[in-house]
Amino acid sequence: MLTVITFLPLLSVLALLLLRSDDHVWIRRIALAASLAEFAVSLLLLRGFDSSNAAYQFTEYHHWIGEAIHYHLGVDGISLFLVLLTTFLTPLAILCSWESIHENVKGFFVSLLVIETAMIGVFLSLDLFLFFVFWELTLIPMYFMIGIWGHDRRIYAAVKFILYTMLGSILMLVAILWLYGLSGTFDLEGIQQYLASVRLSHITELLLFGAFFLAFAIKVPLFPLHTWLPDAHTEAPTAGSVILAGVMLKLGTYGILRFCLPLFPDAAEQMAPLIGVLAIIGIVYGALVATVQTDLKRLVAYTSVSHLGLVVLGIFAFQTTAIQGALYQMLNHGVSTGALFLSVGMLYDRRHTHDIKEFGGLATPMPVLMSFFLFVALSSLALPPLNGFIGEFLILIGTFLNHQVWASLAASAAVLSAIYLLWAYQRVALGEVTVERNRTLLDASRRERIILVAVSLAILFMGIASPLITRRTEASVDNVITRFHASLNLPQSASIPSWGVRKVRAAGKAVAARGQR
Amino acid sequence: MLGDQLLNLHRVAPEVLLSVAGIVVMILDPFVGPTRKRWLGWLAFAGALLALFSVHIAYDFRGPAYDNLINTDMFSVFVHAIVILASALAILGSIDYLEREHIQRGEYYALVLFATAGMGILAGANELVTAFIGLEMSSISTYVLVGFRRRSATSNEASMKYFLLGSFATAFFLYGIAMIYGATGTTYVDRVQAMLEGAGTIPPLAMLGLGLTFVGLGFKVVIAPFQVYGPDVYQGAPTPVTALLSSAPKVATFALMLRIFYVSFGMVSEFWFWTVWISAVLTMFIGNLAALVQNNVKRMLAYSSIAHAGYIMVAFAASTTLGVVAVLFYLAAYMLMKVGAFLIVTHLGQQGETRLELQDYAGLGSKEPVLAACFSLFLLSLLGLPATAGFLGKFFAFQSALDSHSAHGPAIIWLVVIAAINSVIGSYYYLRVLISMYFVEPAKDYTPSSVTPALGVAIFVAAVGTLYLGLLPAQVLELARTAADSLPLH
Repeated sequence: MLTVITFLPLLSVLALLLLRSDDHVWIRRIALAASLAEFAVSLLLLRGFDSSNAAYQFTEYHHWIGEAIHYHLGVDGISLFLVLLTTFLTPLAILCSWESIHENVKGFFVSLLVIETAMIGVFLSLDLFLFFVFWELTLIPMYFMIGIWGHDRRIYAAVKFILYTMLGSILMLVAILWLYGLSGTFDLEGIQQYLASVRLSHITELLLFGAFFLAFAIKVPLFPLHTWLPDAHTEAPTAGSVILAGVMLKLGTYGILRFCLPLFPDAAEQMAPLIGVLAIIGIVYGALVATVQTDLKRLVAYTSVSHLGLVVLGIFAFQTTAIQGALYQMLNHGVSTGALFLSVGMLYDRRHTHDIKEFGGLATPMPVLMSFFLFVALSSLALPPLNGFIGEFLILIGTFLNHQVWASLAASAAVLSAIYLLWAYQRVALGEVTVERNRTLLDASRRERIILVAVSLAILFMGIASPLITRRTEASVDNVITRFHASLNLPQSASIPSWGVRKVRAAGKAVAARGQR
Repeated sequence: MLGDQLLNLHRVAPEVLLSVAGIVVMILDPFVGPTRKRWLGWLAFAGALLALFSVHIAYDFRGPAYDNLINTDMFSVFVHAIVILASALAILGSIDYLEREHIQRGEYYALVLFATAGMGILAGANELVTAFIGLEMSSISTYVLVGFRRRSATSNEASMKYFLLGSFATAFFLYGIAMIYGATGTTYVDRVQAMLEGAGTIPPLAMLGLGLTFVGLGFKVVIAPFQVYGPDVYQGAPTPVTALLSSAPKVATFALMLRIFYVSFGMVSEFWFWTVWISAVLTMFIGNLAALVQNNVKRMLAYSSIAHAGYIMVAFAASTTLGVVAVLFYLAAYMLMKVGAFLIVTHLGQQGETRLELQDYAGLGSKEPVLAACFSLFLLSLLGLPATAGFLGKFFAFQSALDSHSAHGPAIIWLVVIAAINSVIGSYYYLRVLISMYFVEPAKDYTPSSVTPALGVAIFVAAVGTLYLGLLPAQVLELARTAADSLPLH
């Protein structure tokens, strides 16, 4: 089952390769059909998924290389919805490139589908070797995507993107090998059992944690490692930005949640203050920089720095509710920011610019597109009852319990995001039409409406039906955090009384329930 | 008696076949008209192919040959397979190249075959003077091959440089052998080991001998600080010869180094560990940093092969059985991707090897999508991208080095970290070629000629091998493991 989900896009790549490269119509159709089929197949996961079970499900386990390296796939509450997010966004990315990609159409859709396979592989791998293979495999197609179909400064952005990420991941490889040397296995569960039974020396654990965390922090990206992101996002074609912001950044936060916390709890606990502070700086800094951008796409790119900072903060609160929120926020950010990039891409298709000055009063010529833009922006700035609110609220309430100051500072994100998004909306859409040629712009086409309706439904669904999702993620998150606290060698800090955990969890449920009403 | 002789012949079957094929090519050469010379190339290819299959005969009858001068063990068999495959691919890549450059001659193929036979001896030698003969056979043949484009100044310069410095280096090696003999009273690899173990300590003269050996062999595998000649020679040589030179002699010489350092002097690995460590670090940094600023793709690949020798030295520093496995696997992977990359450069150089600059590769992705895809595969494999042979090579190298951490302490961990950082530095120059091929608009006035069948087959084999080793390495890894086990390590 999981093998099918992982490799179905790759299989369709083979089909694409058989087509003539100037047969653009069928290339697009087959790519879309494949990605829709992939989405349908991945939805089947929901049916068989046992939400009360925290263990990995649908596991597949085969020998691959030697005794130590296995082909081991599995899904749990943490990865389940990230896979769905990937399969949901890919068809949209294909649809949004329907007309905007003219050159080397085949190569474009091949890259897109290879990225999909690689990303799903990252989420599903339970073997560190396999994980690393997929992790690195995401890079090259994305590199081509930015470099070939990107905008003016695409080569600079592509090289910056790939070198940054490689530097992080190569040290992770060393750490993976080191872990293998210690434990004799690449299997995640095997390593976890080993680390639970043996106590690493303090410095070893810190170094290993550092190597893993650096790779993930670059991907997230955590301040001050974020500098590749605005360039890559701005220069990438729309589909590239959607995939990059929508899913690829989550590879980092997913990695932290899946590897850093369970494998190196002591180091994580020890580094948490530093990481928390960096996350808060990222939240505020990203928001402030976004406010002053004159380039609409760059503005959206910087919101990612801010939102992902919040996710990292939630994870390092070591708190079931906060991590539930972080996971939820990962999904939200994928959908909402993906949607923002889609809308910005639609504007770009019409005017071939991202400069806010070139827009203004667009609500008059294209009311439908702008309404959707507003809707998406509102979801991104966490307006209840839309999806963003649930995630942000859970993170803040969970963090508040341990770190009142952190939570208070992070809460400023809510205000700041309202400022930059609404202000941007005002400048783009409201008032008189400032640029004469904008009067004749066409409103959203049928294809674009399909895209916008799809994301808006997802936003609405995640806003009001959150228990459907949190119910399935809860057991796994709970498991992570229980094992985390159980394996801490340091004395537990007194500020995490268990009643508080329970109370916050209840509060989180209440919020979700209220959203449902 | 006759039975013994026959057995010996079986054990050196690849060398016999290679030499016979070489001699046949030489004899036929005068009788073949200038328009039919290319058939000699096919003949040589058939000889190499036959030799490749005869590796299996050597494997079936494996054991010591000629009074233990040569030891046809699994290790030797494994290295033979890599070396002969490399030269078979190089021959395939040469046939149309020589035609294009108007230097189609029979002796070219004969020299390639003799060089390969020499490398085979190098890989199997259990005795240092025999190894020296193998080294000379391969070196002298390649001196000539490097200068085969007689009318080209760079080719002549390369040949001269390689010849002078190379003879110097072999002299070092010979002195080394003499010193080792003086200290231990034997030149047999395994007897040196027994001798040192008996003595319990390493005499100063043997140390000196080992040092001189390191200089001589280090020159042949192009590691720092003996790498200076490398890029000039690689750049000046005819590109198919570069493909051969950067792979097969390195593989064979590394095999000999493993025998000398791991078997004879394995007992005193802590003595040579730091030499290897420093050399590895220098090699990686020099290779990668110099490659960053190259605009000539051939020269860039030459520096990249220096860098790769550095990664191999990382595994070499491990001085464990796992280290041997890692070195052998890396050599196999390295040979495939390097030969593949150089063969593509052979083709794209066009007549007179004029199109070697980075900008000549502009827009190749749209003009020649299949060729560009193959080149990308080799480059990404050299870069170390997962699912390619190069990644697993590095992976096992790093793994074996880290595994020996209990013996060498934190130094080896730092070595791996340095190697890791180096592979990131290295990724930049491989990506530059990809940028040129895919992101830059193609030049309008120039389209490369189409790939000839022979070259196409060679590139295809290298590409499939690179992918195969990257995705399903289990079988080759198992072979490397049995090969490593067949070495009588300390």
